[in-house]
Amino acid sequence: MQLIQRQSRQSMTAPSRKPVQLGFRYLVCGIVAFFVLIPILTVIIGGFKTNGELSNAPFALPRIWHWDTYGGIILQSGFWLAIENSVVVTLATVGLLLLISCPTAFVLARIPFRGREMIFNLILFGLLFPVSMATLPLYITLRNLGLVNSLAGVILPQAAFALPTTILILRNFFRAIPQELEDATYIDGGSTVDFFWRILLPLARPSLAVVGMLAMVGSWNNFLLPLLVLNDSNLWTVPMGVMQFQGEHSTDWATTMAYITLTLIPAIIFYLFAERHLIAGLTAGAVKG
Amino acid sequence: MQVTSRAQAVAEAAVARAPARPRKRNFKSASVIVLFLLPSLVLYFVFIFYPVLQAIYYSLYRWSGLGNLTDFVGMGNYLTAFKSATFLSAFFHNLVILGLSLVFQLTLSLMLALVIGKTLPGRTFFRTIFFLPYILSEVVAGFIWMFIYEPNGGLLNGAFQHLIPGFQAQAWLGDPHMVLYSIFVAMTWKYFGLHLVLYVAAIQNIPDEVIEAARIDGASTFQVVRLISLPLLSSTIRLTIFLSALGSLQYFDLIWIMSGGGPVHASETMATYLYKSGFQSFQMGYGSAVGVIMILICFVFSIIYQRFIMRRDLAGSITSGADF
Repeated sequence: MQLIQRQSRQSMTAPSRKPVQLGFRYLVCGIVAFFVLIPILTVIIGGFKTNGELSNAPFALPRIWHWDTYGGIILQSGFWLAIENSVVVTLATVGLLLLISCPTAFVLARIPFRGREMIFNLILFGLLFPVSMATLPLYITLRNLGLVNSLAGVILPQAAFALPTTILILRNFFRAIPQELEDATYIDGGSTVDFFWRILLPLARPSLAVVGMLAMVGSWNNFLLPLLVLNDSNLWTVPMGVMQFQGEHSTDWATTMAYITLTLIPAIIFYLFAERHLIAGLTAGAVKG
Repeated sequence: MQVTSRAQAVAEAAVARAPARPRKRNFKSASVIVLFLLPSLVLYFVFIFYPVLQAIYYSLYRWSGLGNLTDFVGMGNYLTAFKSATFLSAFFHNLVILGLSLVFQLTLSLMLALVIGKTLPGRTFFRTIFFLPYILSEVVAGFIWMFIYEPNGGLLNGAFQHLIPGFQAQAWLGDPHMVLYSIFVAMTWKYFGLHLVLYVAAIQNIPDEVIEAARIDGASTFQVVRLISLPLLSSTIRLTIFLSALGSLQYFDLIWIMSGGGPVHASETMATYLYKSGFQSFQMGYGSAVGVIMILICFVFSIIYQRFIMRRDLAGSITSGADF
């Protein structure tokens, strides 16, 4: 710390010293980046190794790149079934969530009525309850509704538990849309619904993308709800599939790594495209919460 | 402000057309409110609010989860929980995770955010890397770290054996004294990116002029950080402490995947204990009592924290309307 201080003070007078400080910052970031990436790279490369290579030379690149491990998994129907289930669950969750949260956030943001703040606070209250605390009664509720062992039993609670955050973020976005636009709609003879449907939603498309992508990642990764609800292996989502696969091949790390990599790659590609939106959503949800 | 201008618009629109309009519009707007709120509220009540209320009800019975609730035990389940060494140690583990998160996870994220700062060229590149683990699924992250910790030929033992000759391979997840800390390292890897992103976003909002002015007055980097950046980040820091604490008290995923709470309950948290009592020993009533205790702990914590510590930051959040 002392070192940085001295360097930066000198940098005030001698600009040529600046590179030292910059170099230090890159060094710190580089070291952390190394530790963040190593586990991920190990797994991706590990899928190409044999089990012997994995335990004897964990840091070396594989001598022969074994594509066949990956090939073997791609040919398994269980893998594709898990992907298909995850896609269905994710699309349905995001669709349902947007369908019901947009109107609610709109009313809570722009239509004043008695008890509005109370309803809003009630919904925010849900931020305190993650699934992990309500597992048992939630399971009983799902059982009473006949939703255990069905994808709907994952989709509906997932959408419900995503509601508080989504409504909070959307409400803030919807409030930021200028009042003049709303006034203009009414002057032109439009109704509240016209304003919501024709003006506000098209304008709010970027914010819908933000909450949609957050919900997508949450649903794709969700572990506890599928664990709770889905017994039938034909219904398992990708996290459950990974769990099962590892259980069956507990000593065969190379195959497990190939399987994990195959589920990892689409997530990383999606992330590289959606990163900006995801971060915007998280900061909006947190900072303004 | 919003109310008056909208009322004006409605009035103007009404006057411009027919005099009988306002009442109809009021009726219509009431039905719009109901229709727009109803689906969310139904889903919310059925899957969040009702189960939480049910938990309170179930917690008063001894119940396996099947058949009728007949065996009323009153506060019995709560007393059992408070006398259970396993539950108390699970609660203690939650507190350990909480403490470690505040001390290590948040400090690491904050220092890294300060190093990245406002200006570092290539900072979005680093942010992309640092945030990556956060979007990976817990199952994937858990297995990655299980391989790292693998006692025979795992990455960590391998690394230590390369660096330190004669290093004894450790069972990182098999040793009751180490398992919680091992999992905590994986948790830090997975979640520090979230806090980092929040800090970086807050740092972007610090006006350049303030830092310029301090620089002109001769402040060192250390002084700028201590006297300007940190105070201006304090509301974000208080928020991340809040999020981190709540998350630690409720934590389930990585623990369940990596150790299942074992060995011999050494990494049990309240959430894994709850899950086990419900679905492995079929004590739904008792498990519900544990759930209610968790909810109360989190609830009391949030109220106290928001009232006394975050009071200045937001007029908002859970206790009052989220106007920022």
